[in-house]
Amino acid sequence: MSEQKIDGFELKPGFKGMASDTGSDQTMFKGVHWGKAMMWIFLLSDTFVFSCFLISYMKGRGSTIVDWPNTSEVFSLHVGGVPVPLLLIAIMTFVLITSSGTMALAVKYGYEKNRKMCGWLILATAVGGLTFVGMQVFEWSKLIHEGVRPWGNPFGASQFGSFFFMITGFHGFHVSIGVIFLFIYTYKVFAGHYESKKRGWFTKMKGDYVEIEILGLYWHFVDLVWVFIFAFFYLW
Amino acid sequence: MEETNKMNETTKKEEQTSTQKIGIYLWIWLLLFVLSFFSYMVDWYQFQGMLRWSLILFFMFLKAGLIMAFFMHLFWERYALVNVLLWPMTAIACFIFLMTAEFKYTLFSRFFYFVVGGA
Repeated sequence: MSEQKIDGFELKPGFKGMASDTGSDQTMFKGVHWGKAMMWIFLLSDTFVFSCFLISYMKGRGSTIVDWPNTSEVFSLHVGGVPVPLLLIAIMTFVLITSSGTMALAVKYGYEKNRKMCGWLILATAVGGLTFVGMQVFEWSKLIHEGVRPWGNPFGASQFGSFFFMITGFHGFHVSIGVIFLFIYTYKVFAGHYESKKRGWFTKMKGDYVEIEILGLYWHFVDLVWVFIFAFFYLW
Repeated sequence: MEETNKMNETTKKEEQTSTQKIGIYLWIWLLLFVLSFFSYMVDWYQFQGMLRWSLILFFMFLKAGLIMAFFMHLFWERYALVNVLLWPMTAIACFIFLMTAEFKYTLFSRFFYFVVGGA
């Protein structure tokens, strides 16, 4: 941060820095790329969307007088005739965390201008995300075969289906969009768009590896939301 | 115009130098795996009641914190950005508080009118 030089302006650390950054007459987020700031603002609004979903789920589950389906049993898989609780969900969680880790490393290698490594890691992330979506499709079709509908199900409270399809569906939609962009950025990195300073999306500014960090923020957010869904919907 | 270009140059130079050591990412990655394994174990051993809920919340917040602080780099960001992102979460906490009161009331009314049969 010390490399930031704006005429007679010194960046202070901590809360003093926050006060002076916020009160300064230039950009408020010093040293933060505009795209990164905008992605953070988007993620903040997305946080509110997912919070509303999870809070409505809390309200629905808390106010029903019929027992809530036992998620341990509903989401169990039979391995050799023995039901293993939440097996698929556990695997999905591990796949998503794996892809989050590869994404974090891709951002690091991107900033170090290691084009090959960055590209392969983004591709690995995309494959992880695709695997996740595939397993979610399997989970959905399994539950639909067992008779789970948005208006009722054979396991318990009839609100279960609507909350399940809405929350996991909206999350799966986020993952799918992320996977599409991961593949696009795999191409952009391998094609060397950030070395040749090719222009980015809807902008005349030159492309830079900071775009990989912005993509990474979105992908980590998808993982972050899954942490909450896993805790509140599957484990609770 | 030239002024802004110069600023962009300094911004980029600063970002290039600010990569972290690979070790920290690998440690956080490993820690996330371990914490996920533990939260799965909460269900595996069928812990019930307050123990279950507190363990779930504990592992959840720990995982969320690690992802935000290190994978999303909030630990290294300036407070101006971090505070803009984290303070709105108090609004969500308020909403949770309000809706908790609301679902208790709805549950009470349903028991009262559907099960007990009203006054």
